[in-house]
Amino acid sequence: MTIRHSRRRVLTGIAAGVGTATLSTILPARFAIGQTAKVKLGLMLPYTGTYAALGKNIDDAMRLAIAEGGGKLGGRDVEYAVVDDESEPAKATENATKLVARDKVDILIGTVHSGVAAAMVKVANDNNALLIIPNAGVGAATGPLCAPNIFRTSFSNWQPAFAMGKVAAERGQKRAVAISWDYAAGKESIGGFKEAFEAGGGKLESELYLPFPQVEFQALLTQIASLKPDVVYTFFAGGGAVSFVKDYFAAGLRKTIPLVGPGFLTDGTLQAQGEAAQGLETTLHYADGLDIPKDKAFRAAFKAAVNREADVYAVQGYDTGQLLVAGLGAVKGDVGARDALVAAMEKTTIDSPRGKFALSKAHNPIQDIYLRKVEGLENKYVSIAAKALADPARGCKMA
Amino acid sequence: MSLLLIQVLNGVQYGLLLFLVASGLTLIFGIMGVINLAHGSFYMMGAYLAFSLAQLVGNLWLAILIGIPLSVAIGLTLELLLFRQLYRRDHLYQVLLTYGLILIMEEVRSLLVGDDVHGIAIPALFDFSIRLTDTLSYPVYRLLMSAICLATAGLMALVIRRTRLGMTIRAGANNPEMVELLGIDIGLVYRIVFAAGVALAAFAGMIAAPVASIYPGMGNQILIVSFVVVVIGGIGSIEGAFLGSLLIGLADTFGQVLAPQIAGMTIYMLMAAVLLWRPAGLFGRA
Repeated sequence: MTIRHSRRRVLTGIAAGVGTATLSTILPARFAIGQTAKVKLGLMLPYTGTYAALGKNIDDAMRLAIAEGGGKLGGRDVEYAVVDDESEPAKATENATKLVARDKVDILIGTVHSGVAAAMVKVANDNNALLIIPNAGVGAATGPLCAPNIFRTSFSNWQPAFAMGKVAAERGQKRAVAISWDYAAGKESIGGFKEAFEAGGGKLESELYLPFPQVEFQALLTQIASLKPDVVYTFFAGGGAVSFVKDYFAAGLRKTIPLVGPGFLTDGTLQAQGEAAQGLETTLHYADGLDIPKDKAFRAAFKAAVNREADVYAVQGYDTGQLLVAGLGAVKGDVGARDALVAAMEKTTIDSPRGKFALSKAHNPIQDIYLRKVEGLENKYVSIAAKALADPARGCKMA
Repeated sequence: MSLLLIQVLNGVQYGLLLFLVASGLTLIFGIMGVINLAHGSFYMMGAYLAFSLAQLVGNLWLAILIGIPLSVAIGLTLELLLFRQLYRRDHLYQVLLTYGLILIMEEVRSLLVGDDVHGIAIPALFDFSIRLTDTLSYPVYRLLMSAICLATAGLMALVIRRTRLGMTIRAGANNPEMVELLGIDIGLVYRIVFAAGVALAAFAGMIAAPVASIYPGMGNQILIVSFVVVVIGGIGSIEGAFLGSLLIGLADTFGQVLAPQIAGMTIYMLMAAVLLWRPAGLFGRA
């Protein structure tokens, strides 16, 4: 009697001390009492600052995918721990660690900014946490830093760049100049373009860089005019993309030297770029006017849910949700069964609005990259620039 | 036209725009002793004002005409509520308050206009380019911008050199106590200078809006460069700000062209060199 009594006291003490959340991580969820334990998703996205709109679309579309999957993941309810990463690399390690160590999230999801995402990959690898990246294209995440616990549902910087290099070379363009900010994403992108362009018989004669995030382009435009290449490849996004496209147009260069780049040059910026962007050709894993039933259904559902138009970021968020639904469905919500969960996610073919895709061994989408052309306020589908293109995942031990 | 001359034109044009922002910064710094980190935010405010007003009234020039008195009013209000508290305080207080102001202005901007990138069309009359070489044209609006900046610089020189107000401002920069002892209301001078500084930065943002896109955080970059200009030119000196702006514009342009690997550093190297030679800046008094 006394023994039973004391044992109960010890058990209550433990339960009170560690709390139910921790219990659910000690016990496999499938044995949790009546499967009441919730799956905890840690969202680390930009909700303020330059990328706020992107973070919001990713978040909303991911929740839409989960809602379409019945509102549960593998039969378990979902709860969220949300952190605004502010696209601030300096705070990234602390924010990610907080979600993993303090909030004990089952799966970490984020983010848009490549520098922040790189820090999240590091934290995820140090803590063996499962991470899904819904945007950031930093090559290392599915390259040298790749790991079984790191997934990406978006793209690598290399992919659209390589496809554009291929298109330019196929058009018989021989001499190219590339221009970007002097930072990792720009250099990765230019590297991808160079690889395909030079393999196709072209020559990237000059790489022009200016300090991030400077938007005074006149000096380098003057350089481009004097170099007179057959094509200019550029990687800019946001305010830089708007200024560059307008300045390039105003300098009269559009008349003689075609300007191309990955889709970020003209995504979400067309209103601001106006006439200067018309006719620009870019490559990306998504486009307007895709003849894919899933895309039409998704766009309508997203519009109905949040009353905004879907874009490439929403698609990536939606596919993150789909990957969660499929992966956790396969293990019946048992996040503790990590190997089975990872294996299930690896095997999933995602029925994405961008078109069906599978994941590479490095956990990056193997996907069609589309050539698009700006018409009005849309990036209209032209053709498939590269079919089922996989990132080479250089430096990745799993590939 | 030779390549070199075109690059000089690029550098001068960039420098002249910098001057509009830096002149206000150097006046506020030199005369009131306030380190105003929020000065870049006034530049951003100008660009967003131009964007919002141009949508309302449908004309950039009209938007600027409305925007300038609005900026002056905002400047006077901020002086009354916040900056007045800073004049006799330590630089640490100034840095804290004006940094807080940056965050507040970004948040207000986000609430009022959102976080999207915007652009304004160049006014139709100036929306064409002059052909310089067989591949390169120069947008006329950029030339117009330079002309406007030069005219503003001339006007400022006139006010500061030839008017009673200018005399008081110069005296106030040298010795504010003496100015007060002479029975001149130094508080009024401060108010005018601060409002003028805000209006100059906002005006720069307005005329630059059609060529520089309008985006969150656009003031931060120009703030840092403007501080470099102020330090090179000598704190409080308009002439110094003018020369400093042109030097920075040219250094930045030729840095990108001649030494792309260190393009991000050229203006800071120039600053270091100037400070070694003249520790108080080109026109500063040690």
